[in-house]
Amino acid sequence: MKKTFKLDELDCANCGAKMEAAIKKIDGVNDCTVSFMTQKLTLDADDARFDDIVKQAQKVCKKIEPDCEIVVK
Amino acid sequence: MKKKQKKVLIRIILSAVILVCLKIFAPEEGWLAAALYAVPYLIIGYDVIFKAGRNIANGQVFDENFLMMIATIGAFATGEFTEAAAVMLFYQTGELFQSVAVGKSRKSISALMDIRPDYANIERDGVLEQVDPDEIAVGDTIIIKAGERIPLDGVVLEGESAVDTSALTGESLPRTVHEGGDVVSGCINQTGLLKVRVTKPFGESTVSRILDLVENSASKKAKTENFITRFARYYTPAVCFAALALAVLPPLFAGGWLTWLHRALIFLVISCPCALVISVPLSFFGGIGGAGRQGILVKGGSYLEVLARSGIVVFDKTGTLTKGVFNVTVIHPEKISESRLIELAAYAESYSTHPIARSIIETYAMDIHRDRIASCEELSGRGVRAEIDGLTVCAGNDKMMDEIGVKWHPCHHVGTTVHVAVNGEYAGHLVISDEVKETSAAAIKSLRDIGIAKTVMLTGDAREVGEDTAARLGIDEVYSELLPADKVAKTEDLLAKKPQNSALVFVGDGINDAPVLSRADIGIAMGAMGSDAAIEAADIVLMDDDPEKLSIAVKIARRTLRIVYENIVFALGVKALVLLLGALGYASMWAAVFADVGVSVIAILNAMRALRTKDL
Repeated sequence: MKKTFKLDELDCANCGAKMEAAIKKIDGVNDCTVSFMTQKLTLDADDARFDDIVKQAQKVCKKIEPDCEIVVK
Repeated sequence: MKKKQKKVLIRIILSAVILVCLKIFAPEEGWLAAALYAVPYLIIGYDVIFKAGRNIANGQVFDENFLMMIATIGAFATGEFTEAAAVMLFYQTGELFQSVAVGKSRKSISALMDIRPDYANIERDGVLEQVDPDEIAVGDTIIIKAGERIPLDGVVLEGESAVDTSALTGESLPRTVHEGGDVVSGCINQTGLLKVRVTKPFGESTVSRILDLVENSASKKAKTENFITRFARYYTPAVCFAALALAVLPPLFAGGWLTWLHRALIFLVISCPCALVISVPLSFFGGIGGAGRQGILVKGGSYLEVLARSGIVVFDKTGTLTKGVFNVTVIHPEKISESRLIELAAYAESYSTHPIARSIIETYAMDIHRDRIASCEELSGRGVRAEIDGLTVCAGNDKMMDEIGVKWHPCHHVGTTVHVAVNGEYAGHLVISDEVKETSAAAIKSLRDIGIAKTVMLTGDAREVGEDTAARLGIDEVYSELLPADKVAKTEDLLAKKPQNSALVFVGDGINDAPVLSRADIGIAMGAMGSDAAIEAADIVLMDDDPEKLSIAVKIARRTLRIVYENIVFALGVKALVLLLGALGYASMWAAVFADVGVSVIAILNAMRALRTKDL
């Protein structure tokens, strides 16, 4: 499944790059891109574990840039 | 400015004022000085220190905040109080500039793509209601008032108006729509009231597709962008270790610990990679945004990269270089008048649905009184025979004329020839051909002017037609009588023969050339207002069907790439220079902060040039 999320308060381009690299390492993630310009996260991951993976991604994101948040609608 | 940014601004001003006062009144050295200078330092830098601590706790060692903290506290420890506070101040000012500039550019790019309709007017029980375009179903009738944005694709039921398509196509001349005509969502209805029957749900309408495409374009990252993020991952640790080495190794042999420590701190400040990481995607984003304003939709930065080195442009003929509409271009009567020849041909063909028959009837442009036709018979592959006003009229190709024993002669004009015979006697012929677009020749010329080495045309048409069109447009090579599968084979041939570093661009109208669009290095679809197949298959979509946009697209791509390289060379160059000077003791920490945030701001401003495409 592929889904796009909004990233709130993504202020630093390098943090975005770090997040992308870290989320790609989560088990079950096929692909992930963080666009600093559009402040969006595109996540392509396993259908069955998708919600769980999103939670992990949020945790990773918090670790790298605590101000930035993945908005789950 | 956002609230957060305003707060930083106040802190900057406050600490700057205190710093100036201290510089005038306070002692330069000693414990008192340290305590006094700590005040502006903490005012401006408390969040950096706080974030540094928090990120270290999270295992983020090479964090920008952490590096800044070490550098400034190091400066404090070595007795450079003014410098420590001022550097932090300078750093925060740069960061503020950077965030304002990025916010501005984000806004101006998204303003370009501000085509999302907010509501649709629908009549329910005689009352006009405003509803979300999402709620409208196919087949519903919506009403669009003058000045409103067309919310969904549809067909005009009632009304006439001028429609501004500039948000989609970059074309400033409004287009007139009548009853029965199609309207495309995202355009603006300028003058009249339109009643429109919706043909596509909102999610599949043109405006949604375009917005989708633009929003996803940022996720297809260019190679340069990936390279730079990978580079940044190694750059920061490398410079940090260099700083460590600088602080320890030289003083082991030569002494002077304090001097070398200070130089090492300069290294730490320069080690932040933000200028690079920020400016590359911003340039691509600007290029994509600027192209969008011209009606050129690029699906990702990577495609701009390839387009910039395009060397061969391969065209599909029908619908791309020609209008794809068949018209009677030549009328050669014999013994009868021109209008009589068309009248007879139109009557003879009046029951046929073939595109050629349609174009003859259109040229006739008068009502056809079917009662004048006594009988009509279609002879497949040859033509038609009809009894009109008691005359036997035959209209068809050479084969038909031969069969009925009429002496005919060929026409020197290229196209499909329809001969007409009346009562067994030759009455002349019509030539039907596809018209070349007005801008095609100029488009080929401008491609050559910007250094495209070769232009090629592929067509399923007869050889004479293909060669004639190619000669008129100034195209280098032409391959005709190709089936759709042959076009793929031919493209593969051309791909194999081209020089390694130049890219092959295929331009088509998206109808039955999807396989070629995806096989080429870059597939460009044209005239995509409303055509879903084209939007899906291509890498770049030209919203209107003007081939002249091609050279503009190549120019935009090239300039975007130039800006990207400028930024990379500039940022790396300045950093390398300051690193070198810092190691030798010629650069201060001020220069280092400039090499970090100053360079970022300049690179961002440079990247914004990619957005300006009007002068191309």
